[in-house]
Amino acid sequence: MACVCLSGLLRGAVAQENPDCLACHGDRSLATKRGGKTVPLFVDEKKFAASIHASLPCVGCHADLQGKELPHGSPLAKVDCGSCHAQQQKEHAESLHGRAIARGDELAPRCPDCHGNHDILAVKNPRSAVAPQRIPWVCGKCHQEGTPVQRQRVIHEDHILTNYSESIHGEALLKKGLTVAATCVSCHTAHTILRHTDPRSSINRKNIAATCTKCHSQIEAVHRKIIRGELWEKEANTLPACVDCHQPHKARRVFYDQGMADADCMKCHGDPGVRASKGGRTLFVNLEELRGSRHLKTACSQCHSEVNASRVRPCETITKKVDCSSCHADVGTLYQKSTHGMLVAKNDPNAPVCNECHGTHGVLGKRDPASATFPTNIPTLCARCHREGKKAAVRYTGTEHDIIERYQESIHGKGLLKSGLTVTATCTDCHTAHSVLPVSSSESSVNPKNVPATCGRCHHGIEEMFNASVHVTQIGKTEKRLPVCNDCHSAHTILRADTEGFKLTIMIQCGKCHEEITKTYFDTYHGKVSQLGYTKTAKCYDCHGAHDIRAIGDPKSHLSRENVVATCQKCHPGATRRFAGYLTHATHHDPQKYPFLFFTFWGMTGLLIGTFVIGGLHTILWLPRAIQMRRKKVTSRPEGDA
Amino acid sequence: MTEDEKAPQREPAAQPPQAEKQYLRFSRLNRVLHVVMIVSFMSLALTGMTLKFSYTAWASILSRFLGGYETAGYIHRMAAVLMVTVFILHVNDLARGKRKEYGSWKALLTGPDTMLPTKHDLKDFTGSLKWFLGRGPRPQYGRWTYWEKFDYFAVFWGICVIGSTGLMLWFPEFFTLLLPGWTINVATIIHSDEALLAVGFIFTVHFFNTHLRPEKFPMDIVVFTGRMPVSEFREDKPAEYEALVSAGKLDEHLVDSYPPIVIRTIRAFAWTALGLGFGIVVWIIYAMVFAYR
Repeated sequence: MACVCLSGLLRGAVAQENPDCLACHGDRSLATKRGGKTVPLFVDEKKFAASIHASLPCVGCHADLQGKELPHGSPLAKVDCGSCHAQQQKEHAESLHGRAIARGDELAPRCPDCHGNHDILAVKNPRSAVAPQRIPWVCGKCHQEGTPVQRQRVIHEDHILTNYSESIHGEALLKKGLTVAATCVSCHTAHTILRHTDPRSSINRKNIAATCTKCHSQIEAVHRKIIRGELWEKEANTLPACVDCHQPHKARRVFYDQGMADADCMKCHGDPGVRASKGGRTLFVNLEELRGSRHLKTACSQCHSEVNASRVRPCETITKKVDCSSCHADVGTLYQKSTHGMLVAKNDPNAPVCNECHGTHGVLGKRDPASATFPTNIPTLCARCHREGKKAAVRYTGTEHDIIERYQESIHGKGLLKSGLTVTATCTDCHTAHSVLPVSSSESSVNPKNVPATCGRCHHGIEEMFNASVHVTQIGKTEKRLPVCNDCHSAHTILRADTEGFKLTIMIQCGKCHEEITKTYFDTYHGKVSQLGYTKTAKCYDCHGAHDIRAIGDPKSHLSRENVVATCQKCHPGATRRFAGYLTHATHHDPQKYPFLFFTFWGMTGLLIGTFVIGGLHTILWLPRAIQMRRKKVTSRPEGDA
Repeated sequence: MTEDEKAPQREPAAQPPQAEKQYLRFSRLNRVLHVVMIVSFMSLALTGMTLKFSYTAWASILSRFLGGYETAGYIHRMAAVLMVTVFILHVNDLARGKRKEYGSWKALLTGPDTMLPTKHDLKDFTGSLKWFLGRGPRPQYGRWTYWEKFDYFAVFWGICVIGSTGLMLWFPEFFTLLLPGWTINVATIIHSDEALLAVGFIFTVHFFNTHLRPEKFPMDIVVFTGRMPVSEFREDKPAEYEALVSAGKLDEHLVDSYPPIVIRTIRAFAWTALGLGFGIVVWIIYAMVFAYR
């Protein structure tokens, strides 16, 4: 040892190369006593040569030895990694760990506590102390049960290392060697470790989503049914944070299924007597009801989202009503555009919100027969407000009245309510469930523009036929309003098309627009029999078709040259082309169009009038003489008798 | 009026029936044919008019009453067949008369009892007009007066016109093998208007001329009984009476009158037909004047 010191002295100020340092520190036995403890001063040359700092001179880090003569005195100043790693050092200084050091906390970790000293390896090197798979052990040195840090400092989480190693992340990293799995630093960061209450912290409630999405970048897609993706960034505070469901350190699929926190809520809300301090409405939550509901697996806090688990009463932070659209985003958007939604936006007390139709804790799916939104229950549901005299009906100024009663008597209503046919159209099939809008709105499913498509959702074949008919604007080019389904079939009173009543009214329906041609129809045998109330003779649709009415010139028309005979043959099997020449809309009032009929009619009328005038005059002239003869006879008879 | 109703009852009571011989004006066949024709005509009128005036509420009710338009259609066609049968039987009767009584068609058609219009009819017509206007005496009418001949040929013409067009409407598929389709429309107009003429004429002018004339009021049932009192015969058809008396053949045409029960039955039937006819006339006037569209 004396030689080493001597040789060092001999070399003097000029000699500060690493080998000069190693001349002494290469000795395994070199040690010093510090505070009563023996501290080794050996520097393993091989390890240093393999380290990331191999190219650096010793005095690069031990800067206080710069220019000093060797051997040097002790103790040396602490190495300042920040001279090179300024950013990291700054982060560390501001972190939980750095501030502890500043406080003089002797348990606080410095750079070498994690990174080592002379043997520091690149992070990417699997043998590095801070390589991903070793991170849990690096952090776990202090953060596991039994360590002074865990015992003496305020650490809210317990069994951190154990829980982590069992979590999906820990399992992937430690058991499966998946080095991209999240380690401690993935969430907490390496140097900027801050309390979760610090708004800058990566694990602050506000930042959790951003932290998790560093890896789980497509997580919105997975959670689309639950959470609207864009809200994660825009309104993360209204949403449950990742850790509300996926507990930190324990993140596993199985853990978040049941909504563990619900039991805490039920401590108070399971009491039938619990009431709101304001207004005194009951706040009791019937667990039985909830168990049967569609939201069985939804935690209380997923809907009542502003709860704060760190409060004694976690719900005291709640300021807003339940917003179903945080999960049911698409439906929420539709609803907001609907009449119902717009009324809610105007704070109209009559406007229905989600729970008005769907209920609250007992919400059932629309496929559950007990649900208010099950098809057979929908008319009753809508009738709550839309029955004549109820709150929605009294505001209504249109022409549709007694809609509930009429619906019940309609083909749809009978199908649904009498036959229990759940695919029959209910209110929501035509009006939609959430986009309910008045007829006048062009967005409305019952706007004339959209009616064929609405009916066509079920009556698809008919819609196809109708869309090729003269009654659509592209084909029947006219300024006049063309009819859609409900103009003939009515809106709520829809009858079976094969009932007598419907068959007879359809002629009046056609006649609303085709006035003249309907009149002439009623002058023919077909029309006259129909007028008497019989449906067996040809009516408008028997010849023209019902939904597939086309212009006569269209080869596909039932009345085109190609098809007209076959159309007649439906009733008159022996019909020929000549037979089809019968004028089904003949009028004898049009000399230009139907001269034969015109002159026949007036010829016959002339004959009639002539005959009656002559016959009538003859009779009237005769009358006085006849009366005279009778008087004579009556006066002469008693004489004859006597 | 009460006096009028009593009169026919009083006559048989005052004198024994066998003493009151009556003049036989219509043969049994003719009487039967007239009754059948009434039934047929009424059926045709009722069923046809429901269709013609289908726009009145009455038509609708009547159509239901008749068993629906299809049943009404059957009734109409069967009644038409019956009418044509009556027509054929009558023509057949004429042919039989030609064979047995006249020997030739010429004799039948030019004889004193001919149904064809003659110069004498023209004289009677002008004479009647004069009489109506108080410018002359009542003409000496013969067996068939000109208005009776008119009625007779009106029916002849009507059966041909309505019958042929009706046949076209019955079998349009067959007739359009020969004729263009619009002829069915023409046939409809002719059928319908000719029927209106027939119904209107029969139920007003014919009813008046032959049954309801004040001197015969309330009803002349000679067409059902075939018999009329000789006094009435003498007054009504003086020319025929004179001819028979001068030929000494009046007794050949005298028969016993029917017992009262038969008369009552006949009257009941006649009143029904008359009432029905007037009902139809009222309905037609209502439909054409008040409900016409």
